[in-house]
Amino acid sequence: MEIAFYLSGLVAVLATLGVITNTNPVHALLYLIVSLVSVALVFLALGAPFAGALEVILYAGAIMVLFVFVVMMLNLGEQTTAQEKAWLKPRIWLGPALLAAVLLVTLVATLWSGNAGRMISGEVVTAKAVGSLLFGPWLMVVELGAMLLLAALVTASHVGRAASPDKPESQAESAARKEAP
Amino acid sequence: MNGIPMEHGLVLAAILFALGFAGLITRRNMVFVLMSLEIMLNAAALAFIVGGAAWGQPEGQTMYLLVITLAAAEASVGLALLIQLHHRFKSLDVDAANRMRG
Repeated sequence: MEIAFYLSGLVAVLATLGVITNTNPVHALLYLIVSLVSVALVFLALGAPFAGALEVILYAGAIMVLFVFVVMMLNLGEQTTAQEKAWLKPRIWLGPALLAAVLLVTLVATLWSGNAGRMISGEVVTAKAVGSLLFGPWLMVVELGAMLLLAALVTASHVGRAASPDKPESQAESAARKEAP
Repeated sequence: MNGIPMEHGLVLAAILFALGFAGLITRRNMVFVLMSLEIMLNAAALAFIVGGAAWGQPEGQTMYLLVITLAAAEASVGLALLIQLHHRFKSLDVDAANRMRG
């Protein structure tokens, strides 16, 4: 269990580094899928098999397939890669990397001085316990999640529609103006 | 070795979060910005799972479910905005859309 945790954690960090340094969008997406699958293995090693399965099905399955579809629809080719290479110069990424490193050092120092001192034994928390908590005391949160998803569905179908909304609306508006007097 | 110290899991979450943050503020291409946001959300979810596993309680996994719901909503809206950006400006540069038009 320990070996699985440390190995898959290492793979997750390396794959995430691959995501943020890659210039090709499709390659970066594939690295991101590797990172998510290794985080799913971390969940399994920590004794959360339900979360690990959901990570593979929802994150690496559904959300990443959505990303891959969109990237393929936009047809990003050599031009995008060349532009990314032009943007990814040390002068540009050095400052943000330094800021992120300072943030990381602060987080790690806080964790180390916090002295939580708990060991994770890898005892399995089953989906049954999660479900009885979710559909018992946390029922209101499930309803809120459903409303969030509905709002996201409506927003995505409104924002993502194919026709540019400017022309038909402005035509309708001018027609209304003509009719008004 | 008998078990994993809780700090190691939280440090892994912190490293992933910092990497996602670095990607978020370095990149100008919106595809990469959205991917970095996914990394950061996933790191936060990992911290929840670590907390739940350390105390042996199911609340960590329940919060993970809510985080994944949020990630799905964020990805769908973000990708719809990405498609509109590409339609209107023929570019994925987020700086192309920095002008407000009344």
